[in-house]
Order: sequence, then structure tokens, then C-alpha cells
Amino acid sequence: MARVFIPAQIRDLTDGQEVVEVNGTTVREVIEGLESIHPGTRERLCRDGQLRPGLMIAVDSSVASSGLRTSINRDSEVHFLPAIGGG
Amino acid sequence: MAKKRVVSIKLNGDPVEFLCEPRQTLLEVLRDTLDMTGTKEGCSNGNCGACTVLMDGRPVTSCLVLAVEAEGAEVRTVEGVACGSHLAPVQQAFLEGAALQCGICTPGFIMQTEALLAENPSPTEEQVRFYLAGNLCRCTGYDKIVRAVMCAADKRRAAMDD
Amino acid sequence: MSTNGKPKYKVIGTRPIRHDGVDKVTGRAKYGADIRLSGLLHGIVLRSPHAHARIVRIDTSRAEALAGVRAVVTAADIPPQGDRMVELGEGAVNMRHLSANVLAHDKVLYKGHAVAAVAADNVHIAEEACKLIDVEYEVLEPVLDVLKAMLPDAPVLNDDVRTDVMGGSPAASDRPTNVARQIIFTKGDVQAGFAAADVVLEREFRTGTVHQGYIEPHNATAMWNANGKVTVWMSTQGIFTARQQTAELMRIPVADVKVVPMEIGGGFGGKISVYLPPVAAALSKKTGRPVKVIMDRSAVFEATGPTPASYIKIKLGVTRDGMITAGDAYLAYEAGAFPGSPIGPGCMCVFSCYDFPNARVEGYDVCVNKPRSNAYRAPGSTNAAFAIETVVDEVCQQLGIDPADFRLKNGAKEGVRRVDGPVYSRIGMLETVEAIKASEHYQSKLAGPNQGRGIASGYWFNIGLKSAVTATVGYDGSVTLIEGSTDIGGSRTSIAMQLAETLGITAEQVTPSVVDTDSVGYTDVTGGSRVTFATGIAAIEAARDIQRQLVIRAAELWEVDPSTVTYVDGGVSGPDGKRMTFEELAHKLPETGGPVIGNGTSGKATQAGAFGTHCVDVEVDPETGKVQVLRYTVAQDVGTAIHPSYVEGQLQGGAVQGIGWALNEEYWYDDKGSMRNATYLDYRIPTCYDVPMIDTILVEVPDPQHPYGVRGVGEVPICPPPAAIANAIAAAAGVRMKQLPMSPPRIMSAIWERDAAK
Ligand code: FES
Ligand code: FES
Repeated sequence: MARVFIPAQIRDLTDGQEVVEVNGTTVREVIEGLESIHPGTRERLCRDGQLRPGLMIAVDSSVASSGLRTSINRDSEVHFLPAIGGG
Repeated sequence: MAKKRVVSIKLNGDPVEFLCEPRQTLLEVLRDTLDMTGTKEGCSNGNCGACTVLMDGRPVTSCLVLAVEAEGAEVRTVEGVACGSHLAPVQQAFLEGAALQCGICTPGFIMQTEALLAENPSPTEEQVRFYLAGNLCRCTGYDKIVRAVMCAADKRRAAMDD
Repeated sequence: MSTNGKPKYKVIGTRPIRHDGVDKVTGRAKYGADIRLSGLLHGIVLRSPHAHARIVRIDTSRAEALAGVRAVVTAADIPPQGDRMVELGEGAVNMRHLSANVLAHDKVLYKGHAVAAVAADNVHIAEEACKLIDVEYEVLEPVLDVLKAMLPDAPVLNDDVRTDVMGGSPAASDRPTNVARQIIFTKGDVQAGFAAADVVLEREFRTGTVHQGYIEPHNATAMWNANGKVTVWMSTQGIFTARQQTAELMRIPVADVKVVPMEIGGGFGGKISVYLPPVAAALSKKTGRPVKVIMDRSAVFEATGPTPASYIKIKLGVTRDGMITAGDAYLAYEAGAFPGSPIGPGCMCVFSCYDFPNARVEGYDVCVNKPRSNAYRAPGSTNAAFAIETVVDEVCQQLGIDPADFRLKNGAKEGVRRVDGPVYSRIGMLETVEAIKASEHYQSKLAGPNQGRGIASGYWFNIGLKSAVTATVGYDGSVTLIEGSTDIGGSRTSIAMQLAETLGITAEQVTPSVVDTDSVGYTDVTGGSRVTFATGIAAIEAARDIQRQLVIRAAELWEVDPSTVTYVDGGVSGPDGKRMTFEELAHKLPETGGPVIGNGTSGKATQAGAFGTHCVDVEVDPETGKVQVLRYTVAQDVGTAIHPSYVEGQLQGGAVQGIGWALNEEYWYDDKGSMRNATYLDYRIPTCYDVPMIDTILVEVPDPQHPYGVRGVGEVPICPPPAAIANAIAAAAGVRMKQLPMSPPRIMSAIWERDAAK
């Protein structure tokens, strides 16, 4: 099962749980899985079927370049982080 | 608008005549009237040195010189530093020493260096840094520029000894 | 220094002369301001004299009546945006805010905010016309300080801003606020961590507003053709994002805009967001002629750039033997007029150099009446590094631990979980510390009184994003390479070198060009230390594409099966010792079907991030508080240095920008919100007389995500200098500086305070 790291600010929806294990082969599936366990989380992570502006996803230690379609392994970690640009 | 004036100068060795308003700077005329855009503008108030040209051998910030003041002067710009297709030692040293990144400051540095080496063919690092302190570069941290100037001095001296 | 077992390269690691070099030393290279077009008009932007005001009325009639004036535009000439976020390559941007920044809508939010623009026959007429535009303002109280702007009764800049709390707004209030975003990270048990510490230090820091300071002012020339197609010539860090921003702002199809990159005179993050292209385009649309707009230096300071001033509080817990047990950080960054400071990366970088078992980070993005903040080299990281790295130094001093050893003990390495969550892959933090520790500089003795030495580390992510390269083999054995990454520091050559290495030819055989948006595949900005990495991967892919095609051509010539032919060592090898060099085969292309064109893209790869550790010696004048930098060494993990001279150049340039940030640079505002030092004379960036040579140690820990191990190098070198210098000042003068810049008056007051306390 993928390990989803729950951002501190939405842990109110996961009873304070920092990591939630969810089944899924893509980030989108994982978010759906998370939503079914902890309703309301999808709403906080996505808008109009897309990741919310200002966020990015990291799968394990890499930025997910295919967004919600990014595929994940059974033991992957999924992180939701502030987006970064650069100078 | 004040009446335009005719001004005659020698530009990189050639006699040139142009018409300008009294309020126009030498920098503006070089770039906009004479199409010599090698001389750059970074601040228009004398603080960055990007617009440095030589007037009668002296380095000046051309944004602070009125074009009419140049009457009769010999003006040298970066376009006049190479001899035909042969780069001057300074230009060669900047290339070989990777002394430019974005390159916008480079024409100013090259002109200021030309003036320095004409005045002092063997400057110390301290003298180089002092003489070039009016030329700002935001990219390089100056390390490679200072080295290139020292190396240009060596090259020039070697060329003269030949 | 380099890692053992480094692969042998022919081109990579050499120092060829850059391809655009001759043009740049002879004045022939064309920068944005150098463009000449027939019928060209000149535009000037009228800017707000107030930091915060409502625009009651704009009357342009007197300006329009002036002879030689061809058009005047205001926000009314830019189509309304509504409420929409648009992905602009480096992240999503609120279009209403971007549009209001280009030409103010109903309010001006900082002094220098663009209000209207004039196109005229020459700049002098345009300047006079600007003075004839009558703008009636209702002046409002400005707020200029990040903490004051967070107070509930602070003047509010934007009616549409609510605090974004990770996807949701706080249920508490729906009132407009200056606090645009809150970020929180936690790891482990912070309370328990501090309880386990023997030493706990808490310190507060302030950093000033600083500018990227590129020598070339912003510029744009636009031609709005009768067929609705718009061409923009400009200096920009990203032609494709400039195209998209212009199209979105003018609400025309992206395909109708072509951006032609001119040479760019520095950017450092400040030439990604557009300011002038929509203004020039609107003026051109009205006049039917090309319009060139160039900012003057004061507009560059007052209306572009800056990187945020900040307030940072750090609490650090460490055991007696020097192990970090816990950290707590609070960061508030000034966004300027509209939301969008680099608070995210600031929060992600603050503890990133170390292994923190327990930590909490809380950050805020806060609007104030200053220009909309923009990226500046490792955006957000330098502020944070100044704070954490000086606290680390103070802890080391209290515990009597060598600061390099402390970093070796606690430094981040592969497998360490960051406070924001992910686990590090192969990184070179410890290697940079070891390099500094082993350096002759660190081992040497200081030469005199009032001198001190400091070290500090820094981290930056480096980004991947998308790039495209097309390369064509010439029949003479040359290759033309076209790319979309505008070249600010010699990147054309490092891209060409990677293609050359892959094909086994020389760098000089490759002619690279940066072309317009109609002529090359989508390429993201030159920023985030990504070009040599990502455009490099695209070039390598293009070279491999060429290799595949050349194998087929050779097989045809030799009349053998292509599977028996391989591309190796700069040529093709076939059965029975058959061999042709790249050049030999190139000559034969006409008889095997003609041109060979290779394409390459990159879009998936992400970088592992880079670390640097700096060492600096300073002398503090006890009478004046002036700090002289005596010696400076940068050690950085550069992955693989493609062109070492330009890698060193990035390290040196970044370090000197950091020295400026540390010692001199800062926007001074009066209480009306007017910047009082908007010239290079008063906003003093380092000159060559202010700094010593910058020694560099290139530590090469290859990034496995790039075929040759490239890591971005451009940004991280700006992070450590302010802290390294603060630590050196502490060693030299016994004062801990907590505010940037560490200017002579601030140092003197610290010295007097120290003496008073004795
Ligand atoms: S443009 Fe003349 S000194 Fe800056
Ligand atoms: S090379 Fe860019 S300013 Fe000097």
C-alpha cells in the first residue's frame, strides 16, 4: 500500500494521523482512496479535478512530473508540498 | 524642442557628422542615431559603467555626456577595439578567461580596461580593482574579469616586446 | 577535487570558448534594447507616485493632444481577466493579479506601479506626454512591514485575498487579509525533542528587501500586425512563458504570439514574470506600428524584482555532544503587492541541510505595499539560511564544537527524511563540508586583529521541467543545434558540449542557436538551475536520435544489416572492421537520403538538489563598523561540471550577490512607502573593489538522473554568504548580527551594545 503523508493543515480530517496507507496505482487513485477513508481530503488537495494551484506532488524523493497521473509503486510514499519555482 | 545641432566627431577613427537635440546624450546618439548599439545602457545616470566609451582617450560614461559636448572629440567604442577581424588582447583575454556571463557589462569593461592599460601597462590586482570599480557586473563576481584584465596586460606587453 | 572513478570524457570538463563570445566582446550581440525596426515608436510607462492609493480618475486627453504622441493606454486597454489561475510553466498564477501588476486596475499598490503608458515618436516626447496624464488618486495608508501587515487592523491591499491554508481557507473568517498563505510542516515530536536537548537557543532575524540587480533593464518591443499576430522581441528568461503570459493577458490565442529572444543582460529570476510586453502590445495595437518600451533603472528597482524582506524566528535544540534534537522555525515573507513570495521553498529549505529528528516549520506569505516579489536565485532559501546557519554557529560556539564537525555530524545525506516529508536521494552536503574542512583556507591562520572566519551551508532544490532541442547534421560534419533556453551565462556552450560528447565530436563542430517560439519545441524558463540539466538531457536525446539515424545510413552504405552497426567513439563501426567517422559519414549523407535531424526532449527528469558550503574571512573595522571580505572559498556539489569555467563563474557570481545581500543591499523606504535609494549609487551592489578573488572547490557527486551526472549549479551559491559572513563577524567582533544587511551603522550599534553590556 502506498503511504500518503498528510499535510499538517489537513490532519484535522485524518484524526491527526500523519501517514495514511492507501491502495492505488496512480496519485489520482490514491487521492480517491484517501477520500473514501477520510472524506473531505480530496477537496483540500484538488480543485476541478486538478491538483490545487500552489501545490506539487512528490512520489518518493522525486517531483511527480505527470501530476495526478503519476504512477506509484506499492510501497511508494506520496507527499503534497508547496510548488517551487526557481531563479 | 530646441533646435537641432550638427556635431562632428571622429568615431573609431572615421569622421562622422550627426544632427542632435541639445538634450540628447552621447549614448543616445551612438545607439539610436548612429546605430552603434555595442555601447550599453544600464542606468543612464553614471553609476554602472555599461556605457563607457573613450573620449580623446579618457574613459567617460556616455550617458552623462551630452552629444553636443563631443564636438571635435575622438570617440572610441567597443566596435572600434578589434583591428579588422583580429580581436584586441583584452577581448581575447575576456573570451579565454570566461570573463563574461550575460555580457551586458562587457563592452564597458573592455573600454575601461583599454584606458587602464594605456595608462598603466602593468597594473597590480589592487590597481585593476580600483580602476574598474565604476563598472558594475552582477553576474561574474569579478574574479574572472580581474584575472582577464591582468592576462590582457601580459598579452599586450608580450605583443609590444615582439 | 572530484570523485574517484569518474568516467573519462572528451568534451565534458574542457573549457572551449563560448560560441557567442566574439559577438559579446565586440559589441555585436543584440540585446533587447538594440532592436531597430522601421516605423518604431517609443513607449514610456507612467508610474504611481503613491505606495497605496485608489485611482479615482485617469484623464489622458492632454497627453494625447501632444504632437508626436501616437497612443496612450491604461488598464482599460488590457482585457479583463476574471477569476482565473493559469499554469505558466513554473507554477500557477492568478491572472487578475498579474494583469493588475502590468497596469493598475482600480488601486495602486506600490510606488512605481504602472498606471498608463504612452507611445510617441521618441522617448523624450513620450516622457513629456506622461507628465500630461492627469491621475486623481485617493491616497491610502500603506503598510510596509511584514509583521505589521499581518495585524488584524492593518490596511489591506487586495480585497480578494483570503488566507490559503493548504487547500482550504480558515473557517474563522472570510475577511480580506494580507496573509495570503500559511504553510506548516511537522516531523516527529518537537516537545520531546527540545526536552532531550542540553542547549536550546531561540533567535529572531530580519532580512531586507533586495533586488536581483541585473545590469540590463527590462525591455520589450511589440508589433501587433493587422492579421492579429503579435511579435514580441525581448530579453526574458523564458520565451514560452513570456509568450503565454502575453497571450493570456491580452486574451488572444497563444499561437498568435511569437516571442523572439534577444540576448539577455542578466535575470537571476527577475525576468520570468512579464511587465512590458502586454503594454507594448496594447500600444502597438492602437498605433499599428512597432513599439519599444525600456524601463529606466529607477523603475527596475521600484517596480520589478525584489526578493522579499522577511522575519524569521528559529529555535534549535542540541545535545551536549552536538547532536540536533529538535528545531522550530517561524517564517514570514513579504509577497509585495500580490500574493506569491517564495515562502514555500523558504519553509522547505530552512532545515534542509541537516537531519532533524523532530521539527516544526510555520510560514506565512504576506502582502505589503512594495513591488510584487519575484524569484531571485534559490528564492526563499537565502533568508532561511541566514537564520538557521547563524543559530547553528552560535550553538557550536557555546558548546565548543568546530562548526564543520557539527555539520559532518548532523548534515543531510542520502536516506535522511526532510522535515517537509521526502527522503533525500544521493546528495553531496557532507562532501562540501569535508572539502571546506580540508581546504588550505580553513586550515590557515588568520592574519591579524579584528579578523574572523565563518562558514555556512545552503541548499537549493533545482528543478527539472521541460526542454526541447533539434539538431541537424551538416554534410561537412558540423551540427547546428537549436534550443529554446535563453542563454544568460554561457549555457549555449554547455548544451552544445553535451551533444558533442554524445556524438564524439568537438564542441566547435556544434553551432548552437537560441531561437524564437515558432522555431523550437516548448522549453521552460532559464531558471531553477535547470538549463544545463534539462536542456542538456534534450541535447543528449537529440544526439542519440542522430546516432540511430546514422547507424541506418551506414548500414545502407555498407549494405549490411543495421543491427550489425553501432555508433561508438565519434563514428560508426560495422562488421569486418568497417569504420567511418562522424565527418566521413556526414559527407555521404546526400547519397543516402539527405538530411539527418535529431530531436530530443526532456520532461520527466527531476533533480536531486544541490548543497554548498562557504568559508569566509572578514575584518571588522571597530571604529566604523565596515566589514572587509578578505578571503572567500565556495565548495559546492556540482554533479558533473560540463564547462568548469562557467560553473566556477556561477559559484563566484552567486557568492558575490550573497555578499552584497549580506553587507550593503536593502531597499530604504520612507514612511509613505517611497523607496529612497532607487539608483545604483544608493542601492549599492558590490563592485570589484569590494570583494576579493572567490576561490571555488568543485565537488562532483554526479546526479544519477542525468546521463552525465549534471546538477544545477546556479542558485545555491547565493544561500550561504550572509550567514557565513555573520558568523565571521561574530568571530571577529564578538557580535551576533540578526538583521540584513549588516551595514556599518548596524554593526556599530551592535558593538556599542556589546560594550555597554560589559
Ligand atoms: S548607463 Fe551610463 S553609467 Fe550606467
Ligand atoms: S556578465 Fe552579466 S553583468 Fe557582467
